[in-house]
Amino acid sequence: MIRLGHIIVGVAVLVSLCDSASGAERFPPPEFESGYEIPSPTVPNPRQTTYEYIDAVVLLVALGLSSYLVLRKRSRRAIFVLMVLSLAYFGFWRKGCVCPIGAIQNVTLSLFDRDYVVPIVVAVFFVLPLAFTLFFGRVFCAAVCPLGAMQDLVLLRPMSLPNWLESGLRLIAYVYLAAAVLFAATGSAFVICRYDPFVGFFRLSGNFNILVLGACFLVIGMFIGRPYCRFVCPYGVILRQLSRISKWKVAITPDECVQCRLCEDSCPFGAIREPTADWPAHYYEKSKKRLALLIILLPILVLLCGWMGSGLEPVTSRMHATVRLAERIYLEDTGKAEGTTDASAAFRATGEETEALYARASNIRDKFGLGGWLFGGFVGLMIGLKLLGVSVMRRRLDYEADRASCVACGRCFEYCPKEHARLKAMKEVTGKT
Amino acid sequence: MAEDKKSINRRHFLRDSLWGACLAGLGGTAGLLGGKGTKQHTVWQIDPYTCVACGNCATYCVLEESAVKCVHAYAVCGYCRICFGFFGPQPFDIDEGAENQVCPTGAIKRAFVEDPYYQYTIDESLCIGCGKCVKGCNAFGNGSLFLQVRHDRCLNCNECSIAAACPSGAYKRVPADKPYLLKRVDHA
Repeated sequence: MIRLGHIIVGVAVLVSLCDSASGAERFPPPEFESGYEIPSPTVPNPRQTTYEYIDAVVLLVALGLSSYLVLRKRSRRAIFVLMVLSLAYFGFWRKGCVCPIGAIQNVTLSLFDRDYVVPIVVAVFFVLPLAFTLFFGRVFCAAVCPLGAMQDLVLLRPMSLPNWLESGLRLIAYVYLAAAVLFAATGSAFVICRYDPFVGFFRLSGNFNILVLGACFLVIGMFIGRPYCRFVCPYGVILRQLSRISKWKVAITPDECVQCRLCEDSCPFGAIREPTADWPAHYYEKSKKRLALLIILLPILVLLCGWMGSGLEPVTSRMHATVRLAERIYLEDTGKAEGTTDASAAFRATGEETEALYARASNIRDKFGLGGWLFGGFVGLMIGLKLLGVSVMRRRLDYEADRASCVACGRCFEYCPKEHARLKAMKEVTGKT
Repeated sequence: MAEDKKSINRRHFLRDSLWGACLAGLGGTAGLLGGKGTKQHTVWQIDPYTCVACGNCATYCVLEESAVKCVHAYAVCGYCRICFGFFGPQPFDIDEGAENQVCPTGAIKRAFVEDPYYQYTIDESLCIGCGKCVKGCNAFGNGSLFLQVRHDRCLNCNECSIAAACPSGAYKRVPADKPYLLKRVDHA
């Protein structure tokens, strides 16, 4: 009996040794007689972190310069030059990473994941353009963002879109923003980076499908100004809202608007609003009623969309690798799926309990359930606010750049006769002195 | 906003309050991010003890030629007589003939040390990071060959495309001043 016990212990020890070693030190290194010295592997260093700080400084300078050019210098040519330089630096030289658009996800993840700390440079990239927008409008979009610059360069023959289409398409951006935040908060994926259409051009390589997507955006961008910025960019919609309340804003005319209508068609992004007529009284009454109805309907819309969003949970949660893995393991264990995948084989090699995996996965799915409510609710709120915006009548006396839609490209400046007068006067003054 | 200063009406008051709130919110976010610690930059790296050498590293990297390469921890190497990181499962001969090698690009160089030992070195200019040698070495040897993100090539994307495709969750963000996770003899 004692012997049998010894054998069992011996086998158990052997098995445990094999298990824990998993290949390491199966064979001890030999003792060399020829004086051979065991070399050590080379470890090439990553880029110096000082470069990252230079990026942050360049961003600050570019934003400052852009603000000056848009608001004081009012020169499309200078804005264009800065835009090309930014494209060259942030795009082709720095390969488009990290950008403020993608930084949304880093910031979100850091708010929800205690262990994840946003590198200081990424935090600066996220905050600086927002702060500048709060003061000077969308000067980041104008001449700093490499994605915007890319599209601005290919714009050949701009077409104007009807208002309803423009406004409707913009919903994509809100949905995209909400989805990016949802997936980043749950630690599933950085979708903005994954589906960035232009970063492949900056790196001159990348996923074929994404490159094709980027090419499509550029082809569309030849006729419809900045399609990504206007309809997709999730950072753009944050900047839109901040731009509404910016301290300074782009003015088409440096002086008083004479309503000459020359600038009317100058904006390729449909951001110039014409003066409004006086609303007839009955129209005013009607829209007042509609506004009241919409305000009452808004919470219902939010709840409805939230409920629909939570219903998406089985689909959206599959974005998380753990949920995908748990589903696969379940299918394999219940015999509904043949064979193994790389992921399921890797999981089984770790020896973790299936139940523990299921528990982790269901925890993540719960998060997606709650996240789905918030995601849907946010989208519903945005739809509702859009409808409200349509029903609110604003009075405009002059031709103005819409604070939200204007990307401060500066194209309209030279259309204004008052601007020409200003430039002429300036030339005379500088000529005399 | 010159006209604002002249007459403060309700709309302008609301707008200014909202503006202040946004600025405060932005400052708050910045403070929150900064207050969490000012840890320096991170880079992507593969945990060699979790990696299953599935081969995704060779194909999913955004670079044409993957930033992931095989690394040899010589100290862990058992200097096996027949190295299955170098030779295919059933080599015709025990020599450097291409038909005997497991590496599809012939990136592993076999150099005589002393009878019967050979040293195996990775030629990184040829390595594509497919991990075929890693599989062989893990299965039959000490596992001294393993995949690592080489930071002279890595672009350090915000979301690593290979990490998104990694089946075993071996990709980690590691501090930029310790960018490698090398295999060691003393690993428990």
